[in-house]
Amino acid sequence: MPTFTFEPCELPAGAEALRAEVRAFLRDALADRTPVLRARSWMGFDPAFSRKVGARGWIAMTWPGRYGGHERSAFERYVVLEEMLAAGAPVAAHWIADRQSGPLLLRFGTEEQRQRYLPAIARGERYFCIGMSEPDSGSDLASIRTRAVRTDGGFVVNGTKVWTSMAHECHHMIALFRTTVDPESKHAGLSQFIVDLASPGIAIRPIRNLAGEDHFDEVVFTDAFVPADALVGAEGQGWAQVNAELAFERSGPERYLSCMQLLIELVRELSRDPDGRAAVGVGRLLAHLATLRQMSLSVAGMLEQGRNPALEASVVKDLGVGFEQDLPGAAQELLDVEPRVAGGADYHQVLGYLTQIAPSFSLRGGTREILRGIIARGLGLR
Amino acid sequence: MNELRDILTSTATRLLGTEVTKESLQEAEAGTWPAALWDALETNGLACPLVPEAQGGAGGSWEDAHVLLHAAGRHAAPVPLAETILASALLAGAGVDIPDGPLTVAPVRAGEALTLSGARLDGTVTGVPWGRAATRVAVTARLDGRPHLALVDPARARCTPDRNLALEPRDTLAFDGTLVDAAVPLDDGDVAWRLGALVRAVQMAGALEALLEQSVRYANERVQFGRPIGKFQAVQQELAVLAEHVAAAGIAAEVACRAAGRGDAAFEIAVAKVRAGDAARVGAGIAHQVHGAIGFTYEHALHFSTRRLWAWRAEFGGETHWAAVLGRAALARGADALWPDVTAR
Repeated sequence: MPTFTFEPCELPAGAEALRAEVRAFLRDALADRTPVLRARSWMGFDPAFSRKVGARGWIAMTWPGRYGGHERSAFERYVVLEEMLAAGAPVAAHWIADRQSGPLLLRFGTEEQRQRYLPAIARGERYFCIGMSEPDSGSDLASIRTRAVRTDGGFVVNGTKVWTSMAHECHHMIALFRTTVDPESKHAGLSQFIVDLASPGIAIRPIRNLAGEDHFDEVVFTDAFVPADALVGAEGQGWAQVNAELAFERSGPERYLSCMQLLIELVRELSRDPDGRAAVGVGRLLAHLATLRQMSLSVAGMLEQGRNPALEASVVKDLGVGFEQDLPGAAQELLDVEPRVAGGADYHQVLGYLTQIAPSFSLRGGTREILRGIIARGLGLR
Repeated sequence: MNELRDILTSTATRLLGTEVTKESLQEAEAGTWPAALWDALETNGLACPLVPEAQGGAGGSWEDAHVLLHAAGRHAAPVPLAETILASALLAGAGVDIPDGPLTVAPVRAGEALTLSGARLDGTVTGVPWGRAATRVAVTARLDGRPHLALVDPARARCTPDRNLALEPRDTLAFDGTLVDAAVPLDDGDVAWRLGALVRAVQMAGALEALLEQSVRYANERVQFGRPIGKFQAVQQELAVLAEHVAAAGIAAEVACRAAGRGDAAFEIAVAKVRAGDAARVGAGIAHQVHGAIGFTYEHALHFSTRRLWAWRAEFGGETHWAAVLGRAALARGADALWPDVTAR
């Protein structure tokens, strides 16, 4: 039977040395941020902060120097990421480009594309979003219908992307379009493009989420022109490329730390007058947190060795989002207070905010059902 | 992996894979001591991996012991292999010569230590694994208020046989001025209790792997509605969850063994026992659901793993006990130490 390998992995001393540096930077950079602002971490779009992170060399950490990267190890990158997330840093501006778009271009982009985009991403100045889902294509991503049709010097695009995080703030979208219609296979004929979101024919409309945030968007393409040199990789190879990209998305430490601010503030509240029930509840959460971190480190170790941990990353993501998604409910069992959108103590607001956004954790980057399907395939069941 | 670990892994897999069968497990549950299996394990040097070579052991680390404990759990070995590994490690650590034969450890916390007066032991301890079968038992006892590790022959105690859910011997031993073979002061009176939890956590990780393997195999073989039940998404999704818990319990146990080899492993052991317990709760439920009615019969082998998981989950402290240990420490350290403490391990 195929099984998964999660070998314990330890951060080398050099990576640990970096941790103190990152903490000192964050202590200073986030000094005036309240717990509820920190809880928004991924949603926090802050170009000034991203430029500071870029200036420290903490974006594009593992990329080659000729593209503005810093040629550091996967472990050093891991330390920076987990410290940013644990502190609730506003990482949204540079996050997607660092995690997904840059690695995609490094792998499949042309030399010209790499020269053009990667150094600016590394400086924390160029922000990317991901155009995958459409109104009729969510988990069934291969069914997308937005068409890119060949024309003089490029492609004309018509169609609609939805749930595109931060499109209204970003410079570019890595978009998946249908370049040829193949009635035999929906996976064939898909291609990826770098779309300049300032081009004519592109309308971006924020979609308010249930917590009242304008976080994701609908992006409508009406005869929008995309030049031929914006094609990423080979025409028609979009499906394989997207799956490689999603493996990057699922492999980081970010998939269990979304509610870290709530856990920290919960411990702050409970430690005022600890009882046995509080101890058991906090201890159990801590055991799961520590184990998820070891699993996540193990995935980082596989990345550092140049292995492909796509399957293991799906395991960590599904377990990790389960943990962070349960946290608001678990917190309410331990401390019976009202979640609030305004007023009350910091803790009430952190609880209120995370209670509302927790449903998204098991949707973004592949739903729970899709991930479990990937794991089942790894077990030899599909 | 090093050479010793490779040898231990292959020898344990070969011995346990051939000697532990449904029939031998049923016989052991009926009360037969599997002498041939024990002799083979002892002769092949698998009983004392943590004892230095100068004292007759394999001179290995906790990471080496991990592969044996894991195999013992995976194969549901009906012998006190894990207990002997633990007892011999404790005795070697205390500088006591290692007796031959199967050994065991009394599950005693520092606060419940028995009483030593000179070389005489008094008090009663319940749930001693394989107490009736062991040639010697290691007991935590207090001499002049200070914790000691005492080595005593259980045949000299009043033994009341008892069993856990998996029908493994868990006996009550009553000592009444019983002469001990040795008594050595301990720096840490909880060491036997804590390492007992580690041993059980590793065995549980092994048993969970067995559950996953059996469940996937069954799902691929059992046909309903014209196809193997493993082709149904509902079943696939459940097995994926089982696989996740197996992976989590596995790495937590392995990390705890690594930490035990370095010294202070209190945090990692507590994490491993909590995580294994939670995995057992979810995992045993899924395994039985996938197996349907046949897995609920004594005839089918699944219960040798699930009943052990239910029993081991509570032994040497269950999830609630160890979660409280972790939680009390975290609450005492406070909110701002939470993340730094996690990353420091």
